[in-house]
Formats: sequence, C-alpha cells, structure tokens
Amino acid sequence: MMVLLLIIAFDELKTDYKNPIDQCNTLNPTVEKVKKIKRVKIALKLVLPEYLIHFFFCVMFFCAAEWLTLCLNLPLLAYHVWRYMSRPVMSCPGLYDPTTIMNADILAFCQKEGWCKLAFYLLSFFYYLYGMIYVLVSS
Amino acid sequence: MTHQPNYSPMQAKAPAPPGPGLYPSGPYQPVPPVSSYQPVPPVSSYQPVPPVSSYQPGPPLTSYPASPGQPLLTRPPMGGLPSHTPPQSASPSPGPRLPPAQATPPPPSVSSSSYYQNPQQPQPMAPSWQYNTAPPPMGPPASMSTPPRGPVANHVNPAVSSTAPPPPSSAVYTSAPPAHVSHSATQPPGPRMPPTSAHGYTQPGTVPPPMNPMAPHTYQPSRAPYGPPPTGPPPTMKATPPPTGPPMGNATPPPPKAVGTVAGNGPQAPNSYNHVDNKMAGLPQPGPPGRHLGHYPSLPPGYQNTSTPHNTTSPMHPAMQAATQPYTQAPQPYQQPPGGPGPAQLSPSLAAMSLQSSTPEALRVVNLLQERNLLPPRPIPAPTPCLPQDLQKINCNPEVFRSTLTSIPQTQSLLNKAKMPLGLLLHPFKDLSQLPVVTSSTIVRCRSCRTYINPFVSFLDQRRWKCNLCYRVNDVPEEFMYNPVSRSYGEPHKRPEVQNATIEFIAPSEYMLRPPQPAVYLFVLDVSHNAVETGYLNVFCQSLLDNINALPGDSRTKVGFITFDSTIHFYNLQEGLSQPQMLIVSDIEDIFLPTPDSLLVNLNECKELVQDLLKSLPTLFEKTMETQSALGSALQAAFKLLSPTGGRMSVFQTQLPNLGVGALQSREDPNQRASAKDIQHLSPATDFYKKLALDCSGQQVAVDLFLLSSQYCDLASLGCISRYSAGSVYYYPSYHHQHNPAQVECFQKDLKRYITRKIGFEAVMRIRCTKGLSIHTFHGNFFVRSTDLLSLPNVNPDAGFAVQMSIEENLDDMQVVSFQAALLYTSSKGERRIRVHTLCLPVVNSLSDIFAGADVQAISGLLACMAVDRSVTASLSDARDAMTNAAIDSLTSYRQSVLTIQQPGLLAPACLRLFPLFILALLKQKSFRTGTSTRLDDRVFAMCQLKYQPLAYAMLMIHPSLYRIDDLTDEGALNISERTIPQPILLQLSVEKLSREAAFLMDAGTVMYLWIGRNCNPNFLSQVLGVPSYASVPDNLFMLPELDTAESQRTRAFIGWLRDQRPFFPSLRVIRDESQWKASFMQNMIEDRTESALSYYEFLLHLQQQISK
Repeated sequence: MMVLLLIIAFDELKTDYKNPIDQCNTLNPTVEKVKKIKRVKIALKLVLPEYLIHFFFCVMFFCAAEWLTLCLNLPLLAYHVWRYMSRPVMSCPGLYDPTTIMNADILAFCQKEGWCKLAFYLLSFFYYLYGMIYVLVSS
Repeated sequence: MTHQPNYSPMQAKAPAPPGPGLYPSGPYQPVPPVSSYQPVPPVSSYQPVPPVSSYQPGPPLTSYPASPGQPLLTRPPMGGLPSHTPPQSASPSPGPRLPPAQATPPPPSVSSSSYYQNPQQPQPMAPSWQYNTAPPPMGPPASMSTPPRGPVANHVNPAVSSTAPPPPSSAVYTSAPPAHVSHSATQPPGPRMPPTSAHGYTQPGTVPPPMNPMAPHTYQPSRAPYGPPPTGPPPTMKATPPPTGPPMGNATPPPPKAVGTVAGNGPQAPNSYNHVDNKMAGLPQPGPPGRHLGHYPSLPPGYQNTSTPHNTTSPMHPAMQAATQPYTQAPQPYQQPPGGPGPAQLSPSLAAMSLQSSTPEALRVVNLLQERNLLPPRPIPAPTPCLPQDLQKINCNPEVFRSTLTSIPQTQSLLNKAKMPLGLLLHPFKDLSQLPVVTSSTIVRCRSCRTYINPFVSFLDQRRWKCNLCYRVNDVPEEFMYNPVSRSYGEPHKRPEVQNATIEFIAPSEYMLRPPQPAVYLFVLDVSHNAVETGYLNVFCQSLLDNINALPGDSRTKVGFITFDSTIHFYNLQEGLSQPQMLIVSDIEDIFLPTPDSLLVNLNECKELVQDLLKSLPTLFEKTMETQSALGSALQAAFKLLSPTGGRMSVFQTQLPNLGVGALQSREDPNQRASAKDIQHLSPATDFYKKLALDCSGQQVAVDLFLLSSQYCDLASLGCISRYSAGSVYYYPSYHHQHNPAQVECFQKDLKRYITRKIGFEAVMRIRCTKGLSIHTFHGNFFVRSTDLLSLPNVNPDAGFAVQMSIEENLDDMQVVSFQAALLYTSSKGERRIRVHTLCLPVVNSLSDIFAGADVQAISGLLACMAVDRSVTASLSDARDAMTNAAIDSLTSYRQSVLTIQQPGLLAPACLRLFPLFILALLKQKSFRTGTSTRLDDRVFAMCQLKYQPLAYAMLMIHPSLYRIDDLTDEGALNISERTIPQPILLQLSVEKLSREAAFLMDAGTVMYLWIGRNCNPNFLSQVLGVPSYASVPDNLFMLPELDTAESQRTRAFIGWLRDQRPFFPSLRVIRDESQWKASFMQNMIEDRTESALSYYEFLLHLQQQISK
C-alpha cells in the first residue's frame, strides 16, 4: 500500500541518522545525497496517487450510495484537501518541501501522519472486506 | 541507575520540544500594566542630566518615576529585604548582596527548622554514603594533592580508579588521575557526613519537588569539583589552609564536605565506568548522619567560619580543608564581576577551588524591578562551562562554538521544565589567528560513529581510546603513537589532535569524491537602466580590478561574467582574443550557453582580457534604456555555466525581476508597513528560486546575492536562492552613487572583504553529539541533507549557524557530553581540509544548575532564529508572543522551581538578568517590530541577518551598544599594536542616558550613529568633528575628519577598533537633532516607550503580571 511505502520512506530518512554506521559515509556525500533526495522524491510521488485513489474510492462509494462508508471516509477526504491547500509554496504537485522535511518536528509529524493513515486504511480494508463478503453471502 | 523510575512522573507530563511553540501561554497584551506609571516621552523630553549611575527611586529624572503608589520602588534594594538575613559576619563588603537563598538563619537553628527543609534530604545521602563504604581507604595523601579536580578522571581509567593509587604510568593517559584517586581515597571519611557540601555552595532551593530525591544530591556535588568558570578571586585564598583541626572547624566540617563532594560523584561516574556496585549506590541509606547534615546547605557562608559544631575529622586532611575553603568563603566571590580575574593568575588548584563559587554568582537573585543598572560596563563574556579546569582550558572557544545552556540537563523533561531552549551557536569557519593544522595519512576517527579524535576522548591505555560520543573503544593506530610535535613515540595523548579542541586536518584522497575543484567565480551583473542609474557598476568593477590578485585561488582559478537586462549577455574571454567578445542570448525562455568553454576562463591566463572587460563594462551600458530584468534566466544560465565545476556565483540585482522565469510581482503595500496587524508576505512568492538553489547546491554552486535597490525587491523570494545554496545576502537599500555616499562606502568595503576573504568550496558540515542528544532544527543558510549533515556548496568565514538540540535519551550516567562540528571543504588552493571543533559541556540534573549555566546571549540568539522561523511559517504576532512567553516561562520556572523564598518583584537569576531586556530588544528589532513603519525588504533582510550572522554580530543588531565618546580618556584603554584604544563604558539604551552636553556613539552592528547633543562640548566639535559649532555640523557627515588632535585620534581609534572586530563595514552617521537618521537612532532606544511598544519597565511589569498569574 501507498502509505506503507510512505512510512518506510520517512523511516529511512530518520533512521539513516540513528544508525551511525550507514551514516558515516561522509566520503561519498554526493552518492548519499542523491539517495536522500530520491527518498524525498519517492515520498513526493506517493502522495498524489494516494490522494487520488482515496478520492476515487469516495466517488465510488457515493455512486454506490454507501452513505455510511462515505461518511467514514469524508473526514479523511477533507483532511487531504486541507493538507493539500496548505502545502508549502511550490510550482510542481507535491506536499513535502525538501528543505524543511529534515526539521525534526515536521519529520515526526509526517511519520505520525503516515502511521495514523496506515491504521485507518487497514481498518477500512477489513471493513470493506467484511462488507463485500457480507454482500456476497447475503445475495 | 536508579533514577529512571523516579523521573517517570515528570516524563509523563513532559511537554513538547523546545521552541517558541513550547511555550504556549496566554496572548501578549500590550496593556500598560501599572496605572502609576508615567511614560516619559522618549524623544523630545529627555533631561539634560548626566547619566544616573544607579537606579534611585527619588529623582524624577529617571524613566521609572517613583510614585507613592508603587511601594516596590521605594523599598530598599534587595540586600536588605528578608528579615532572616543574618548578620553578615564573614563577608567584609557585601557589595552585591548575598543571594537570598543564603540569607538564612544561622547554623544552630538550621538543623531542625530551616525552611529550606526538604523532605527528601535524608535519602540523598544514600548513594554517596553507601558508596563510600565500599572502596578501600587508600592514599589520602594523594587525594589531598588535587582534591577539587575531579571526576573527569573517572571515565578515563576505570582500572586505576578501582584501585586507588595511580601508577605513574597511568598518569600519562589521564590528565588528572590523582583526582580520581581522591574519590576512593577520601571515601572512608565519607559516611560521617557526606553531601552536605553540595548545599553549602549551591542554592538551597535547588531541588525541584518532583525530582528524584537522590538526584540532586548525588549529582550536585559533582558540579563542585567541576567548578570552575574563571571568576574566582584570589581573596578566597586568604582563609585557606587552616593548619589543623579546631581553627578550621566550620559549621560544616570541611573535610566531610570535601568528602561529600567527591564521594557524591561516586554513584555517578564510577557506577557507569568503573567497577563499583551499582546497587549499593542506589540503596536508601540509614538516615541519621545525612539527616542532620542535610540542612547545612542553608548556611549562610558567612557563618561557616564562625562556629564549629562537628569538628571530627579535620586534622588529618589539610588539603581537603583547603579545598573546602572556597565554599566557606563564598560571599567574597560574589563581589567579583563575572569577568573577574581569570584562573591564569592562580595556581591551578586554587583556581579550580575559587571558581566553584561562580555558581552562586550566576544564580544570585536579582529583582529586575528594583535594580536598574543591570547592563555590565563592558560587553558580556560568554559564561564558562562548569568543567574541571584542565578540560575547560582546552575547550572550544565560545566565539566558535557556544551552547545556550552551558550545563546540559540530564533529561528532556528537565529541559522542558527549565523552559529554555537548548541549542548550539556555531561560527565554524571563523578566521582564526592560530589554528593547528595536521597532515597525516590516516585521520583517527571512531570506528562506529566516525567522530574525529578530540581532547575529550579517554585513553584506556596506550593502545586504545574510548570515543566520547558513542563510548566505543577504538584502537590507536600505529602512526598515532608518534608525536610529530615533540618527536617522541608512545604518547598519543600529546598529539595535537588531542590537545586542541579546534583543529584542521588536511584530508587524504578518501575524502574526495572527485578531484578538488578549482576556485571558480562567476559574477552575474544587472545592467538594466535602473542598475546603471545607481552607479554600482563602477564601484564593482573598480573593486574587482583593485583586488583581482587577492581573489583566493591558485593557478587553476577561473572567472566569468554574465550581464543581463531583458536579455542575457555572455562574455567570451578566451585567450588570444584582442578584446572581450560579448554574446547576447535573447531567448530567455529556453536559455543556452552560446559557447561551451570560453565563458569561464583561467584568471591567470586571461587576466588582461578580464581587466579590459572590467574597465569597459561601466561604459558599455551607460545609455541603456532597457528597464526589464530577467534575473531568473540569468541565474539559470549561470547555473549551467558553473554546474560542471561548482563554485561561487555573485549576483548583483537592483530591481524586482519582472521578465521570464522567476518573475515576481510587487507584494508590498506601503500603507501597511506600519500596521500593527500581521505582516504578510514574509514567505517566498514562488519556489523557483528555492528549486534553483537546490539544484545549485547539488552541483556545489553557491549564490551570493547583492541587492542594491531603492524599491521593493521581494527579498523574501529572492533570498531563497542564497539561503538554500549556503550563500550570503547583502542588502543596500536606496543605494545611489551620488545621493547615498554612506551606502557606497559600505558597499565598497563589503565588496573588498567579500572578494578577498577566505572561501571553502564543496563543503559539508556534520554535527555529532553524544549519544542521547539529537539535533532538532538547523538555522542558517544551507541545505539540510540529512538529520545531522549540512550541505554547504561554499562556506565563508562570516557565516554563523544555530542548531536546536533535543535530548532523546536520559543522560543519567554521563558527567559530560560533547558536540563535534566537522567541516569538510576544499580550500581555494585545491586542498581538501577538515576543520573540527569539539565542545565539551557538563551534565547536570537540577534546575538551579541549569539556570546557573544559562548563556543569555546565546539563548536570545537562538530564540531570534526560532522566532524568524515562526514568523515565516505562522505569523509575526505569533513569533512575538512566543518570544514574550519564552521570557515569562523561564522566569516562572525559575521562580517556582529554584527559588525557595517567594518574595515580591520580578526575580531572575543573575545570569538571566538581561533576558527580558534582550527579549524586549528583539520585539523592537527591525525584524519583529510592529507599529513602526518598516519596509518589507528591510524586515526580511533583518531576519536573514539574525539567522545568518554569528552570535557576536547578531547581538549588536539586537541590542546596540551605546557609548559616551566626548570624554574618552586613556584610562583603562586597550593597547593593540601600539594603538591606544579607549574603552568607554556601555550605557543603557535609554534617552535618559543621553545628555545635551555630550556626544554618544551607538554601535548597531551594521551602522553606527554618532549623536551630537545640542550643547555639546565645543571642544569635542572642534577637535573631533572639525567644526566650530553645533549648527555647522554638516547634515551628511559620514566619516570623521582626520584631525591631528588627541581627541580625534582617540575617537577614531575607538571607532576603528569597533569596525575591525567585524567582517562587514558599519557605516558611520553623524546625527543632530534635525537629522533624517534621528528616528532610526531613537528607535534603537529600546528601553524607552514608543507609541507602539512598551518601555522596559512596562515590559517588566507585564512579565511580572504574567508570572504571578
């Protein structure tokens, strides 16, 4: 899942520091830097698809008149919209600013956000599964 | 250790990490709090009175008018305050008063009813007591020799420590092995009365209630041996070695004191590093001995010489008595100003002892509402960490590496309680007069954390050293055994790497990814009509021509030029051409390089062409009518040109870029400049410049921006290009070659410095710190590549950095922590070099110790950086609130947790007495002020400066220095290279200090104001300014005439000396009453009230109101 990848990307960013042995490649700063920027880019690339997929799901629920499920998803949808509106000034689509992502507060926030969403998606996955099986069985 | 569980309740409520965000308290209400306050109009009505030297409630001239309604003011100054002040028998002249904490009942009553009585006191004894019993009673003599030195040795050599007598060989590895011995040696007496001493000289109030009971006691003692900021006066000595028993008998028997002190370290250091039984150390102890001793802390030092309650052990330890003397003599050191006689004059052990008393000085309670003259007469020195003297001697220079808290709290929760930000301020590439450089094929580093070997590592034996950051034991390489300095073998601890906290290595090839780049300089010049109008091209070309040989570099140095208006002009300077060839690219949407290789040329080979170009450039565009500016495209072109090599791009811009990529719109509404509402547009309008800067950073290109503009230029957006590529920003508002000669001079001088200063290319800086600490946020100009790694395409000697730290794991078992900043760069000569700075700081576990170690300037500097961030991400008013709250919170915390006597007034420890003043200064600083008309660019530039300038210069911008200079004398003058430099005293920034009969110099960092009073001494006018009378002082006077009079020489020497101290050139403005600069001069009078801002006294009352809420 997207969010999982996102979390892994952030975790890598953070643990990279925690694990001093990896860290000490000052000898090849450029290589390390490229790696680092790639990670940020991965995170950047993951955000929009995640939002789109979630939006798509919501639309599908709306079409299927699954009001309850839609209600459960609306807060997250709203959050996504808000989050995207209040993103830092940037010309390309994306959410994370490579110059501030290393700030401890922001990194921690992003990680926490990732974990929360992971939990939400996981729960809703099982809920959808349950719903699907229930429908299959009852029909 | 046993602390852990006890801390947990605190941790549970541990709030957010430090930062302005940390202090979420009520909104700042600029309500003049006291009705009886009578505002003194700051500007017009100052009294022609000589400065009042100390606050006196009476005279109506002071800006704190005494009013009957204000009892506070009429109260006698603090010293007299509490009824429990004992007769001060021992202190001959109680100048600065005793800390109220010391003002306690005399010893007899103390034992039972001291109101410092602390329920927890019995327990604290435990560890030391228990510990004391364990080790064999070895060698008191040894301990006597150097008792106060202390615990450093602990982790130095466990083997030695467990068996007391230091074999001579071990002395080789440790700087102070005997100190260690003293631990075990002195322990036997310990049980009798251990840690009392801790209280004797640290503040009684120290123990915050919820704290682990044993913590303060076990650790505090450890401070004592650490002791020594160099304040201790020799006077301490006079009471020193009382030969034997009875005479020396103090209220607290000295020897036990020493024992307590030393033994107190037991549980701490030995537990972790030595083979001492942890469990024993942690056991609760049998009360009695400790219990009645627990009260001694509250003894007023003065008493300690007079009574002799328990004099049991004294005769045997003369040296220990000596050691204790400083404590009993505490009052005397109080009279010393912080910058008193340094340890240099004292014998080492004496210095170590006397220095310990500095803690009380730093913690002396100051009632800010009553004490008026808090500003020291000379610039404040950085506080000295409480380290053993031998460590402190080699510690990093505070100008290079400085911490906001010179004593690091043990846990994050403790830090949160202290409500002060923890951080480092660095000036890593500072020009140093003396820098040891090591050339060696192997650079010794820790194998796990890659720390460079430094003076604070410990050598276990000749072959192994223990890293002071991760505690891994490493082998000493064979090569390191040989000492090139002394040419001896087998003394790794004498190597320069281990003797110097600041050192530079010449790096071998493993530290290069590619061959070191040559020095490459590219100049990108705005030649639009507007630029030509300002006339900066002449100055630039002339400066570069003059200094072209001083450009740092070697035979590979390359230079290039690009000019731009609505098109981009390249200059082909290839060898063999008879004159420079201009190539114009007008396709600014899709920029390309007209020729690939002759635009950047070798300076040595093509010097004549370059000089030709510089001579013709100003005339080339004289008649241009092109008004547009395609800065974005020019930057892209320059980036393309530089990206194969990396280097430095200097951009000169005079207007808002309005064409092509990166075009900007004017966002400033001049009518909103003075609005008290929130200031908009502090953040960039586009991310074009930021993205380009990141690309530049990836290709090792730094962009320095010179903004010479009279109109709004959107520095907030443009500045990003320098900010993320580690460049610097220079801003000359209203630059004009005719109308503004002061700016021209300033630009000239800055440019000269800029062209000739040292430079490091393709640099990275990594900051490592002891396990348990971690980096929270960086401030400055750079790109953060990893949590502890900054990418700096260029590094220059004028760049400062700030780092916020957080404590991730408890530092329970550590006595010291270290920080290491390693800057890897390519010098202009093509050498790869590493400059390493290491700072070592003690760890403490009580709030009082944290407060005692607070560095008010560093705290203000770091808060300023945090506030800049806050005003960009949130809003300016948020940032202002956060700063006010920072002052409120830390003083509240001090009042609640450290002070035991609650007395009215606004109390602050002496080391933080200037904190409210600096906060107020920040609120009135250009960056954060509201209500005064401030141009957006000025504001943004001031913010850049706060983040980018090293602390020493940033402080001047926050709190300018005011001197009276019409009566300079040679008294107390400095003598530097045969020039006599008078040293006038610092005055408070209040109109009250001005007098019409005098002349004053205000040094505000980037600008100096010379204010002339209306009735100024005619002697001064004629001798210094060369004018007959006040009326004939010219309006635009920017330099002092070189007159051959003593007064003129003195004045110029003083101003020149001030200027020499900083890398940029502060212009001088002579102002009279009618002068246009008067307003900006008066705005710096931060202690006075203005229409939109509180006076200092009102601000204090506001703080007090918030604190007592």
